Amino acid sequence: MGSVLVIRRDLVEAMVAHARRDHPDEACGLLVGPEGAGRPERIIEMTNAKRSPTLYEFDPSEWLQVWKQMQAADEEPVVVYHSHTATEAYPSRSDIADAGHYAQFLPDPHYLLISTRDPNRHELRSYRIVDGEVTEEPVDVVESYMFAHTGLDDVPDCR
Amino acid sequence: MAVTVSIPTILRSHTDGAKSVDVSGGTLAEVIDNLDNQHSGLKSRLISNGSLHRFVNVYVNDEDVRFAGGLDASVADGDTVTILPAVAGGSTPAVAGVAGG
Repeated sequence: MGSVLVIRRDLVEAMVAHARRDHPDEACGLLVGPEGAGRPERIIEMTNAKRSPTLYEFDPSEWLQVWKQMQAADEEPVVVYHSHTATEAYPSRSDIADAGHYAQFLPDPHYLLISTRDPNRHELRSYRIVDGEVTEEPVDVVESYMFAHTGLDDVPDCR
Repeated sequence: MAVTVSIPTILRSHTDGAKSVDVSGGTLAEVIDNLDNQHSGLKSRLISNGSLHRFVNVYVNDEDVRFAGGLDASVADGDTVTILPAVAGGSTPAVAGVAGG
């Protein structure tokens, strides 16, 4: 069963800009969308509480406020993104472990990795991480979600 | 005396789908015990070896309990307890195709 991430170009550009801006520290954040739609609509850049070139963590206090705003707006996380600043855009062992912990509480998001190791060319790749297994998925960058109702209805969810 | 515990999506299978549950308790530890009594299985998702899992964030109102005494944090009538996963990772050398924890 194939999964794909359909994502609007402005969101891709915003994530890459965030990663470039925070380089050489890892950048992290969320793309959120309407509950159940499986479609990223807006970006929420998060503060990396670790402020590190090799680690990231959502600042816990900020994450709570973001979560409450999302709940109030009937939104959910669709994509969790972060950057690798010296390695490839592939989930590390700790990324995989973290996905396992996340999945105990919230439905599996798309995990999007951006690498800023090359100053001239970024790498951007997306994955599903389920039960410790990493499956890469194509990223379909679109100008708009004109046909959104035929978009991600068949994306597997853990609901 | 009621504290409202906000239940994250996946854990709602323990609460028959309820997004929040009212329980009694004067400390976070008591709240979690009472929560587990009403909805079996929740405590083990939050606590191991007597302390909160390091990969879960628990808040009383707007405060991360790590700064308020952890499981000994006081809770009062009308407080809200929120449970969220800690979202973190790191770029240890990538290992393609290996199942992790």
